[in-house]
Amino acid sequence: MLEKILILLCLSSALAEQPCKPDASDGYKVRLSIKTALGDEAYVWNENEMFLFRATLAFAMRSHLNGQEFDVSNIIVCDETPRVTFWFVVTSPLNTSGLVDKGVVEEAIRMSRNRINSAFLLTDKTLEFIGITPTLTAPVNPDTPPWLIVFGVVMGAVGAGIIVVLVSPLVLKKRKKNEETDEDEEETGVKAVENGSTREGVYNMSFSDDERLTQM
Amino acid sequence: MGKTGDSGVEERPKWDNKIQYLLTCIGFAVGLGNIWRFPYLCQIYGGGAFLIPYLIALVFEGLPLLYLELAIGQRLRMGSIGVWKSISPLLGGVGIASMIVSFLVSIFYNTIIAWVLWYFFHSFQNPLPWSQCPLNDNHTGYDVECEKSTSVNYFWYRQTLNITPDIETSGSLQWWLVICLASAWCVVYICFIKGIESMGKAVYVTATFPYLVLTIFLVRALTLPGATDGLVYLFTPDWEILKNPQVWLDAATQIFFSLSVAFGGLIAFSSYNSERNNCERDAVLVGVINSATSLYASISIFSILGFKATNAYNSCREDNILDLTNHFELSDQNMTLENYYQWYDYLNSTFPDEVASLPLKSCNLQTFLDQSASGTGLAFIVFTEAVMEMPGSQVWAILFFIMLLSLGLSSMFGNIEGVLTPMHDLKIVPKWIPNEVLTAIICLASFLMSLIFTLGSGNYWVEVFNGYVGSVPLLIIAFFEIIGVIYVYGMKNFSEDIYFMTGSRPNIYWKACWMVISPIMLLAVLIAYVGLQAQKHPTYPTWNPDYELFPQTQVKDYPDWVFAIILLLCIVPVISIPVVALYELICCKIQRSSARAEPSPYCNDGFVVETQEQNNQRF
Repeated sequence: MLEKILILLCLSSALAEQPCKPDASDGYKVRLSIKTALGDEAYVWNENEMFLFRATLAFAMRSHLNGQEFDVSNIIVCDETPRVTFWFVVTSPLNTSGLVDKGVVEEAIRMSRNRINSAFLLTDKTLEFIGITPTLTAPVNPDTPPWLIVFGVVMGAVGAGIIVVLVSPLVLKKRKKNEETDEDEEETGVKAVENGSTREGVYNMSFSDDERLTQM
Repeated sequence: MGKTGDSGVEERPKWDNKIQYLLTCIGFAVGLGNIWRFPYLCQIYGGGAFLIPYLIALVFEGLPLLYLELAIGQRLRMGSIGVWKSISPLLGGVGIASMIVSFLVSIFYNTIIAWVLWYFFHSFQNPLPWSQCPLNDNHTGYDVECEKSTSVNYFWYRQTLNITPDIETSGSLQWWLVICLASAWCVVYICFIKGIESMGKAVYVTATFPYLVLTIFLVRALTLPGATDGLVYLFTPDWEILKNPQVWLDAATQIFFSLSVAFGGLIAFSSYNSERNNCERDAVLVGVINSATSLYASISIFSILGFKATNAYNSCREDNILDLTNHFELSDQNMTLENYYQWYDYLNSTFPDEVASLPLKSCNLQTFLDQSASGTGLAFIVFTEAVMEMPGSQVWAILFFIMLLSLGLSSMFGNIEGVLTPMHDLKIVPKWIPNEVLTAIICLASFLMSLIFTLGSGNYWVEVFNGYVGSVPLLIIAFFEIIGVIYVYGMKNFSEDIYFMTGSRPNIYWKACWMVISPIMLLAVLIAYVGLQAQKHPTYPTWNPDYELFPQTQVKDYPDWVFAIILLLCIVPVISIPVVALYELICCKIQRSSARAEPSPYCNDGFVVETQEQNNQRF
């Protein structure tokens, strides 16, 4: 009898340890790349860090399933490697031998992914839950595309430039004409002055080309 | 100085100073081809060895043609049509051909500037829009087309061009490209409003800025890892390649198209010079600077490409490292780039089966360096990818695209000049239309015609125009130019003109080139070029997301109607040469036969030509 009880106890304790094993149906593999993320400021992975991980996961489960009080002991970890990968399973606080469903665990992790990442100073790429793809950040879409703003500025400058260049000679011409009509009114009697403005004549190039004409 | 249009007499505009003229010619010659065609040719034709056929082509083909155009423009002081009509009325068609080619080239060239503007406007964003793939409709993953190719390819082919799978599917007008094209034409217009007065000031910036940016890029690239690999790869000479005739053909065509001769623009620019200007020195200067710029640009570009290849090589190895580390559960960062190969050998010898089962990529620096590209692929895909990996990418992207903008604009000035000045010579424009309005009409007409290139299939059409308008007609025009000046006008007359302008007659090198070497080279290049093109049915690469081997481009044949258009594009510009010659012959015979009835002193052909010249030079 005693032997049977002992065997049953051994079996039950063995069963109790079996929930966490590699490729568990309700477990997830976690991979951390601390040195890649932090370089020189990387911390060493030890028992304390593992405790923090289990506590963070318990926090995530608590946040997701309101009411159920998950504890650190509900998170069971096994198969740790030097790479810093390990498997974990979550037992339910109501039924210590039963495992929480994989889907529920995934939802809980997705909800609190950011908090879990920041607890370890890591990102989605360096703290990986194998099987849980990170949700992609939607690209920022501002209301006015920035390129239209730059386009507006450039085109505005070019358009203003065109208008200025086209209109300014017309304005100058008008001003000149006004001045000329004023001068004409003043000097109707004096003809000698009209002849003096040789600057308004046309430079006759044929005279300077005289040399060429004779070069037959 | 300027035009005294009020008094009814039009004086020829003049350059403010010699520097303006030189910068304009250099800007016209130095264009996008120096940046994205020459480095590619250098790379695929064995680096340093390519310089030999290139320099030979420059000395025997490029410089003589350049000198010829500058001299003839400066002497006869007219645009291309007027110049050829002066030499002989039978050659008037050469000028018309130049004008048509300039017009067609300016249409598609400004489309490239519109694309550069688009990228320029987008360079002010953080992060750069071509660095990320957009999400698909239900936000579960990235867009499929972007996943299969890269985000840079996706941004170019989908978000910029919105390209259709082939040239037959036209698609619709892409509104964003239309407004970029409109802004490109507005920028060209504002630089050209006052003719060479405004353009001469614009070239101070557009011709010098590219050199500044190239220097900045060179200095920056030399501080990045991998730059020297790129340079070594570029310049390692492969002497065997010189036995391949294709290399010589490509060198000759590259020099020819790079110097922008036969467009009529150079003739127009030099016609605004004073008569006694040493155009021999100008021609040598422009030619040498053009080639030196090509070389300098390829050094800059290849340092950046070397950096990019090194980056790709490192990330390839890092992916492998990650795979191996994860599979063998090694400690993080135990395997690094430095000890990768030792680890790999150890793991392969101890666990060969497991290593073979992993999806490891073979990483070879040479393969990444071999990924060459030319043309728009270099600027908008390869270089934008390289810029993404440099710290401060926005600044480098902005600088790069402003440089491309300056290069394109300064070449556009020459093209537009090659259209406007002959229009003045033809005297078909009534005098009461001011120049500004004429320029505006030309820009508007060109803009409307270039809307074809904003369709979904626009990129394919640009390739058609680029390959066929800017090649064979130019060779034919240049050949007729040389024959016309040396044999119809006469080498003696031309030597006298040069003596008048520069003070010394052309030496034996110039004479030998003009009379024998350059025409023969041009003819050989023309025949070889046409022969090679005619050997196979022309094909083109297409971007087809439904292709099995996507993201590779699918090569398709041009359909028959496109082929007909290609033939038209080659023939229409040059058809004016024989047509005008025939017209003049028939007209002249009619004149002679009717004039024989009444002999008059005005019927002497030589006298007619001279009075035309005198009239034009008096004003």
